[in-house]
Amino acid sequence: MTSIQPVGYRPVPDGTNPPLAFEGYKSTGLRAPSQPLVVLRDRLTEVTGPLLTGPIGTGDHDLTTQHAGEAIGQRIVVFGQVRDSDGRAVPDTLVEVWQANAAGRYAHARDNWPAPLDPNFSGGGRVLTDSSGHYSFTTIKPGAYPWGNHHNAWRPAHIHFSLFGRAFTQRLVTQMYFPDDPLFAQDPIFNSVPDEKARQRMISTFDLDATRPDWALAFRFDIVLRGREQTPFEEHS
Amino acid sequence: MSATPSQTVGPFLSIGLTWTDGHLVVPEGSPGAVRITGVLADGAGAVVPDGLIETWQADAEGRFDHPDDPRGASGSGFGGFGRCATDPEGRFTIVTVKPGAVGDGQAPHIAVSVFARGLLDRVVTRIYFPDEAAANATDPLLSSLPAERAATLVAAPASDGGLTFDIRLQGEGETVFLAV
Ligand SMILES: [Fe+3]
Repeated sequence: MTSIQPVGYRPVPDGTNPPLAFEGYKSTGLRAPSQPLVVLRDRLTEVTGPLLTGPIGTGDHDLTTQHAGEAIGQRIVVFGQVRDSDGRAVPDTLVEVWQANAAGRYAHARDNWPAPLDPNFSGGGRVLTDSSGHYSFTTIKPGAYPWGNHHNAWRPAHIHFSLFGRAFTQRLVTQMYFPDDPLFAQDPIFNSVPDEKARQRMISTFDLDATRPDWALAFRFDIVLRGREQTPFEEHS
Repeated sequence: MSATPSQTVGPFLSIGLTWTDGHLVVPEGSPGAVRITGVLADGAGAVVPDGLIETWQADAEGRFDHPDDPRGASGSGFGGFGRCATDPEGRFTIVTVKPGAVGDGQAPHIAVSVFARGLLDRVVTRIYFPDEAAANATDPLLSSLPAERAATLVAAPASDGGLTFDIRLQGEGETVFLAV
């Protein structure tokens, strides 16, 4: 009989994703698996995935207005489109973000470097893409922060992004960076992505047309998830 | 178009990724609910207190309420998704129902993603069930692995009637991780 064979997802090209063990990033040392990954062909569990619609509050897309007072820093709109590598929009998918405040400090108990906390900024947000895969957040431009990985190590300013797509295989956690950051060259996390062109895809672009006049600057960050194979894999058993 | 690369969640993922009831795939105490607990540990055996695990699975009948299931979406409304940050002892908990076999020769299983500081990409593994010895013996993944490696993917009965599934990122007893 021919068993149930769904259409799978194409692997990303070599060089797109970082290796799990990366010498420059010390925390990979004891956390990267030492055995090679076991290749698992896409079956039903892998081509399906959570179609989440929440939990999302009405103000979750605006990180500047989650408290009684205004968050401190440069207001920015971060927006873009989520597509797959065939160019198909990914609608109604959950996008989650988290980031440091304008001074580069996270509102987290274990972040205690001496930069000020902002009582009006928690740094977490979530939104669903619309029917054409577009999303938009309003937030504060995060600051860079030191992190002790090597002498005088600083993370370039970034916003953490989490996406689900429509399949378990499409799950993606990444970081959005800002154009022309002078800290890129010394950052092992940014540079863990082997392919230069792939690294550039993590950098947002300034978009003057999308700025909110007299209110906020704007950065576009388009995100591309894995695309599907053309035909199902035939398995006879 | 080319895919956006993966990056680590970093140590402060809980700001963006924790949900109060995320670990409840089904409400606590619902019929057939099973509690799966485990500890996430690194290559030195130290617990990982800044990690997150996510689970994805079929319902008790082996169906997905998802349009890309070639059998059609089940329409049951079963969410199938669980998420739990690790606590200061590296511990995580998921409350769910045991999935049914999906009908293609695989034993019942739960897909797992692990995120943490120090993981530049998620690592993926699977939870299989200790009361499915016959199905596990013919599962295409489990049967392709040496017995001691396959054993890292099978949960163990816990004293409270639930299951334990520890995840070892590296070293002795390293969990089998999957390229999907
Ligand atoms: Fe960060």
